[in-house]
Amino acid sequence: MTATPHRPHDDVYDVAVIGGGIVGAAIARELSGYDVRVALLDARDDVGDATSKANTAILHTGFDAKPGTLESRLVARGYHLLSAYAEATGIPVEHTGAVLVAWTDEELGALPGLKEKAEANGYTHCRIVDADDVYRLIPDLGEGVLGGLTVPDESIICTWTTNLALATDARQRGTTILLEHAVTRVDEGDEATTLRTSAGDVRTRWVVNAAGLGADHVDRLFGHDRFTVTPRRGELFVFDKLTRPMVNKIVLPVPTSRGKGVLISPTIYGNVMLGPTAEDLTDRTDTATSEDGFDFLLTKGERLMPRLLAEEVTASYAGLRAAIDHPDYLIEATPRQRYLLVGGIRSTGLTAGIAIAEHARTLLEEAGLALRPRADLPEPPRMPNIGEATQRPYQDAGLIARDPAYGTIVCFCERVTEGEIRDACHAPVPARSLEGLRRRTRAMNGRCQGFFCGAAVAALREKHHTHDGCRSQHKDNR
Amino acid sequence: MTHQPPLTTPDVLIIGGGPAGLTAAAELAGRRAGRVLVVDREQDAGGIPRHSDHTGYGLRDLRRVMTGPAYARHLVRQATLAGAEIRTRTMVTGWADEDTVDVTSPDGRYRIRPRAIVLATGARERPRTARRIPGDRPHGVYTTGQLQNLVHLHHQPVGERAVIVGGELVSWSAAVTLREAGCTPALMVSQYPKAESYAAFNAAGRTVLRVPVATRTRVTRVIGKGRCQAVEIEHLDTGRRRTVACDTVVFTGDWIPDHELARSAGITLDEGTLGPLTDTALRTSCPGVFAAGNLLHPVDTADVAALDGRHVAQQVVHHLNGEDRPAGGVRLTADAPFRWVAPQILRPNDPAPARGRLLLWTDEFVRFPKVTVRQDGRTLARRTLAWPAAPGRVFRVPAGLLDDVSPTGGPVHIGLH
Repeated sequence: MTATPHRPHDDVYDVAVIGGGIVGAAIARELSGYDVRVALLDARDDVGDATSKANTAILHTGFDAKPGTLESRLVARGYHLLSAYAEATGIPVEHTGAVLVAWTDEELGALPGLKEKAEANGYTHCRIVDADDVYRLIPDLGEGVLGGLTVPDESIICTWTTNLALATDARQRGTTILLEHAVTRVDEGDEATTLRTSAGDVRTRWVVNAAGLGADHVDRLFGHDRFTVTPRRGELFVFDKLTRPMVNKIVLPVPTSRGKGVLISPTIYGNVMLGPTAEDLTDRTDTATSEDGFDFLLTKGERLMPRLLAEEVTASYAGLRAAIDHPDYLIEATPRQRYLLVGGIRSTGLTAGIAIAEHARTLLEEAGLALRPRADLPEPPRMPNIGEATQRPYQDAGLIARDPAYGTIVCFCERVTEGEIRDACHAPVPARSLEGLRRRTRAMNGRCQGFFCGAAVAALREKHHTHDGCRSQHKDNR
Repeated sequence: MTHQPPLTTPDVLIIGGGPAGLTAAAELAGRRAGRVLVVDREQDAGGIPRHSDHTGYGLRDLRRVMTGPAYARHLVRQATLAGAEIRTRTMVTGWADEDTVDVTSPDGRYRIRPRAIVLATGARERPRTARRIPGDRPHGVYTTGQLQNLVHLHHQPVGERAVIVGGELVSWSAAVTLREAGCTPALMVSQYPKAESYAAFNAAGRTVLRVPVATRTRVTRVIGKGRCQAVEIEHLDTGRRRTVACDTVVFTGDWIPDHELARSAGITLDEGTLGPLTDTALRTSCPGVFAAGNLLHPVDTADVAALDGRHVAQQVVHHLNGEDRPAGGVRLTADAPFRWVAPQILRPNDPAPARGRLLLWTDEFVRFPKVTVRQDGRTLARRTLAWPAAPGRVFRVPAGLLDDVSPTGGPVHIGLH
C-alpha cells in the first residue's frame, strides 16, 4: 500500500510536505496531480490532529479580510474552490449565511465601513439591516441589538471531513502518508534533503513546510529566522442539538484588532457553538480549557443569547491558531534550498486551503520544480456524510436493506451506525484511535459523551483494528 | 414516485425497554390491551440494570432481591411471557407526524403508528462536559454508565486509581464496579456537607469499600495529556485547592432525563425534572402519550421505575377504551430546598400517584423533615416524616398529604416548614 501506484518505488521523494493539516493535505493533493512522488509527513498519529481539527468550521466568503493581501485573494478563491470540491466529494456544507450584529453605537457606526471593505474584497452581497430585521433573522438574540450587516454566503462546513477528503484524495493519487514522523533535523544535500524524523529519515528533493504551529521551528531547521508562531488559544462551547432551532445563522460580532471575537454559530452536526476566546500562550500543546475561558464565554453568551445559556453543554474544547508576527500569510520559496514555506495560515486556512495549494504549486514551479500533469488521475473520493443537512446512513432505507450494519445504531445521540464505524476503520486514511473515529463518524461526540455507546464503540474499534499502510502505530492502549 | 416506508400499527408502543417500559409491557399484555410492542435501541432490553452487576434489585416491585442483570432478564422474560413483543437494536429517531414515529433497525427503516405511546426512555448522568469542568481532555474520564458498560458488558480494563465525582447511591455503585475491575477508588468528591446516599450504605461503604469522602468539595480541573493524571479539587468553604493523582475519573449522578423525543414532539416539560410534565395518571401534555420511569424522576431506583410501569398500564387501558377524559386540575410545585416534584398535576377523579407517593428531590440534608402542603395561602397539611430528606436520592412523600387540595384552587406548594 505504501508504493506510489503510478511510479516505481525509489528512496527519494520529489516533494515532502511537512504537516498533514488542511493546508498540507491540500498541497500534497495538488502536487500529486502531477508526475512527482509526494510524501505527506505529520508528527501526530492522524492527519488534521492539531489546528485543523478544532476551529469554528466556517467557510468564509472573505468579506472581512484586509483588501489587497494574499490572504484576501486566497480566501476569496478558496471559498469557490472548496465549495465545488465539497460538492464533488460530499464534504458537508450548509449555506446558512451570517449576520454581523452591532450592540453599541460605535459598532453600528462601523457597519458601512465593513460593507465597503467587503466590496473592496470583491464581495458585494452584504446589506446593512436594522434591529428589527436582525431579530427577525435570529429571534432569540439578547436585548439591545442596534443593527446588523448580513453576509448571505458565509457558510458552515465540516473541517474534519475537509481535511480527510484532501488527505484521502492525496493518498489515492499516490501520496505516501507518513504519520508520527516529527521532523527534528534537516540535512541539505546537493541532490536531496534528508529530513531526520522521530520515525527515521525521509529523503526528498523538495520540501514544503506547512507545519502550522511548528512552521517556525521547521523554518529554523532550514536556517531561517523569519517569524515566530504564537499559539493563540480559542475555547468553545458546543450546546445540545435541541438548541439548533434557536440559531439558524452565524451570529458574528463586529471585529476588533484582537480577532473576530465571540460568535454563535450553528454546527454542521446540528449543534450550536459559542466561542472562541482568544488568548496568546507560549505552550504549543496546551489545548486545555480553562476556568477563565469558560467564565468569559458564559458572560458573553449571557448577553448574546440568554436562552442558549440555560441549555445543556454537549462539549467544550480548545483549539490553537497559529498566529504569527506578520500581517499576512507568509508563503515564500527559497529555490536554492528547494524549499517552500507556507506559514502564518490562521483560521482562514480551512477556506483558503485549496487556493493556497494552487499558489504553492505555482511558486514551486517558478522555483524550478518540473511538474507534468498526469492523465491518469483517479476521481476524488466520495466521503461519508456526517453532516445533518443531507441524508445520513441511519435514514437511508435502501442502504440499510443492502447492508443491515447501517441499520444498527451504535452511538444513539449522534445516530452513528455500526456500518459507518466499520468503514472508518477500513478507509484509505483510516481511524487509528478513538479520537480519529470521533472525527470520522461523530461517534461519542453527542450529549451523553459515551454513557451509552462508549464501551460499544471501543469494542468495535478493537474488532476492526487494521493495518492501514499509513506508517505508524496504533495508540489507544498505550 | 415517493417511497413510503413500511408501517406497523400496534395498539401500544412502549419506547424504552428498561424496568419501567418492560413492566408496563408485561402489565398491558397481561390485561389484553391488544398488540403491545416495546422498542429498545440497545443490543438487549433491560436498561441500566443490565450492567449494574450488584444485588439490590427487585425489592419493591417483585418483593425479592437479585442482581441487576438477573433483574433485567427477569423483566424481559415476564414481558415476553405476557405476550408483548420486544424489538431490540431498534431506535425511534423522530416523529413522522404527531401519531407516528420513525424507526431505524437492522431490519430496515420503518414507521410505527400505535393507538397509545408510553415514553420510558430513562435518564443519563451528566458527563463532565455538561458540568462545564475545564482542563485537559484525557482518556480515562467516564460516567458510571460508561464505566459499568466497559467493565460488565465488555470486560475492558480501567485504570488503577480513581476519583469518583458525586456522592449519590450510584457513586457507591461506581466504587463497587471500580473495585471489581481492580481499580482503587482513592477519593469520592461531594459538594454537599455529607455524602448524600443512605446513611447505612455510607457506613457500609466506608468500611467495606474504604473510600474517603471529601465533602463540600468540587472538581475544578481535569489534568493529563493522553491518559488522565490528576484532578484539581477545591474546598467550597475555604477555597483551598489541591490536586489528587488519579488515572481514572468517574462522574456520577447529576441525572438528566433522555427527553429528546418528548421535546421534539412538543410535549410540555417540567422545569425541575426536565422530563415531561405529567399528572398522577402519567399522561403527558400530548393526548395518547404517557410517560413512566426515570424519564419523569431523574433518578429513582429501578423498582420504583418498574412500579410506574405497572401504574401507567391501567391508564393506558382507559385511554384505549375511550374512557380517558382528563378534567382540569391543579399544579403541584416544589419549594426550596426541593428542586422538583413528580408528578406535577393533580386532577379530580384521577388515581393517586404510583405507590401512593409523590417523589421529590432535595438540595439540602434535613434529618427531621416537616413537610407542608399549601394552596392559596393556606396550609392544608403538615407532617413530620420519619425519614430524612437527603440530596442524591429521591425523597418520598405520602400522597395522602394532598387529600385537602381543592381541584379548582391555585397552585399547590410542597415545601418544608
